[in-house]
Amino acid sequence: MQNNFVRVFVQDIGRKTLGIINNLGAASIFFSLAFVRIFRPKQVREIIQQIYYIGAKSSTIVGLVGLFTGMVLGLQLYYTLTKFGSEGVLGSVVALSLIRELGPVLTAIMITARAGSAMTAEIGILRISEQIDALYTMRIDSLRFLISPRIAAAIISFPLLTALFDLIGILGGYITGVVLLGVNKGAYFYRIHSYVEFVDIKVGFVKALVFSVLVSTICCYQGYFTHLRKDSYGSKSVSISTTSAVVLSCIMILVADYIVTSFFV
Amino acid sequence: METPLIEFRNVTKRFDEKTVLDRANLSIYENQITTVIGKSGTGKSVLLKHIIGLLQPDEGSIVFRGIPVNEMKRGEWEKCRGQISYMFQNNALFDSLSVFENVALPLRQTTNLRKKEIIRKVLARIEQMELSDVARKYPSELSGGMQKRVAMARALVTDPAIVLFDEPTTGQDPIRKNIILSMIAHYRKKFGFTAVLISHDIPDVFFISDRILLLWEGNIAFHGTYDELTRLKHPMIDEFLRSLEGLQDELTGLLSKEMFRSRYLLTLGLGMGRATGTAILFNIQFDILAEVLGPQSPIEVVKALGEYVNTYFGPSGGFSARHGRGMILTVLPHITPEEAEASLQEFARELQEKALPAIQAHTRGSGAAKECFDIIVTAGMTEPGSDDDIDQIIEKAGKNQKIIARYKCNKEGGST
Repeated sequence: MQNNFVRVFVQDIGRKTLGIINNLGAASIFFSLAFVRIFRPKQVREIIQQIYYIGAKSSTIVGLVGLFTGMVLGLQLYYTLTKFGSEGVLGSVVALSLIRELGPVLTAIMITARAGSAMTAEIGILRISEQIDALYTMRIDSLRFLISPRIAAAIISFPLLTALFDLIGILGGYITGVVLLGVNKGAYFYRIHSYVEFVDIKVGFVKALVFSVLVSTICCYQGYFTHLRKDSYGSKSVSISTTSAVVLSCIMILVADYIVTSFFV
Repeated sequence: METPLIEFRNVTKRFDEKTVLDRANLSIYENQITTVIGKSGTGKSVLLKHIIGLLQPDEGSIVFRGIPVNEMKRGEWEKCRGQISYMFQNNALFDSLSVFENVALPLRQTTNLRKKEIIRKVLARIEQMELSDVARKYPSELSGGMQKRVAMARALVTDPAIVLFDEPTTGQDPIRKNIILSMIAHYRKKFGFTAVLISHDIPDVFFISDRILLLWEGNIAFHGTYDELTRLKHPMIDEFLRSLEGLQDELTGLLSKEMFRSRYLLTLGLGMGRATGTAILFNIQFDILAEVLGPQSPIEVVKALGEYVNTYFGPSGGFSARHGRGMILTVLPHITPEEAEASLQEFARELQEKALPAIQAHTRGSGAAKECFDIIVTAGMTEPGSDDDIDQIIEKAGKNQKIIARYKCNKEGGST
């Protein structure tokens, strides 16, 4: 009886592990195939359109979140730094926190919530309503037409939005630190200039690139293979795929964040 | 013997435990319209999806111009696939693209045509499908019938050699159904494509089909012409045709062919001894009406003639059914040929005086008649023999045809 339970348990773990490895492999191939198709003809218009949806239309929400994140950081760090009499370094601490860590992570999570979920839902609906099959019958490569422009747009948009988030976040820290709490204006910017190095900006940029690949691949993959889900069908499968895409993207952002950070510390 | 364009050789397809196609064998020939009929859920769409490669058989092979698809190189198959166009049952239109963009999509994405050329081709197709007013609208803003026509425009815009139509007339009104079927027949004649069609629109779909395939329990139970199908006395086919056909012809309001046959057998048919009656076969010759006034015109003329026949001969116990695109057979039980002749003359006069001038008004109103055309209605009478079946009556009445009404326009729009 106990042996049987152990066997079932091990089988279950084995099956799930194999499933994860299988999916990882499939997603990697999916990304590779879509990536090479970015450079095929007739892509520029589609990519620009996707940059508008993923990038330009996310800028307001990213800016808003960046502003309040910077303001909260300014407030919290001022409170902590005054205990050590070091409120003069507020600018550098706010900037480093944003550029190295919070900027890329929060931007990626915000884009996942806004554009990533939309990608999965849209592609999922195209799949279940046979529109992807229709592309096949018209000899239009669905990976080139649907997936490549989204991946390209994400790779272009993520670093730009991260930079926007960082800038507005630093401005938010300035509002609370300098305008509201009276930290010296010159010290705030001088410390940023002194302590923020190129490697810090590079970390943020690399993270933004890695997150863009992860989020766009996960979201497109979940939508594209919606019809293969075993747990649901039709519109229900689109909703489950969308939820899975957002959850998985957020988890992978945090896991990748740790891995990338460990290379630059 | 002619090599089939597409062949299924022992094709089997299963979905989990369910076998949809079970060692199915069929042949589709070039430049023909082949109609696949069968009950819902018997795998007609699955069959069509195998042709274009959306589904692959679990067993057996699909052969394209004599070469099995699974033995073709990727490039060869892509070349074959490039000749095929597919119209989906649920249209599969891109809901984020306008009607124009949907129709233009295959040209924009798969050809190197100039922008002007694409616009010209797309607008021409949109106009042919009477969609000019909605070209800027999105599919969700259109009725089901309009969406169907957009899907058809998209399927035809690349001038394909083979077109697979999955229920192209579903959701259309009787006139529109006939227009779509006429268009398929007309384009086939004009561009010489091969069409494979799934449709339940009996009898209209049979009038344009060269071959019919009946899919029954995963296999092809019948393949042949419409005449062969109707002559084949098989309970399964009879039951199936009856289940599709209904009681009335949707377009004209006349009896369906099956109902007509039953009624004929009850009144004058075999075993009815010395029952008397007369049969009249009406035939319409359209000349170039469709080219001048569009594909809907012949259908409207058939509809008008059907209604006239029904109104005129119905009250005296006559019953009628269409037996061809422009062919109506009327049986007048208990009426002698002499009495029938008198009725026919009166009917012809009314047709000439009332029905045909209505067409004249239509052509003047539309302002489209730049060329002249004739519409000729002929009729032939016969007295059904006690052993005659319907085909024999049609043959006999067909030999006695004479003109009973004629519409002939002149360049000023008048008629003679």
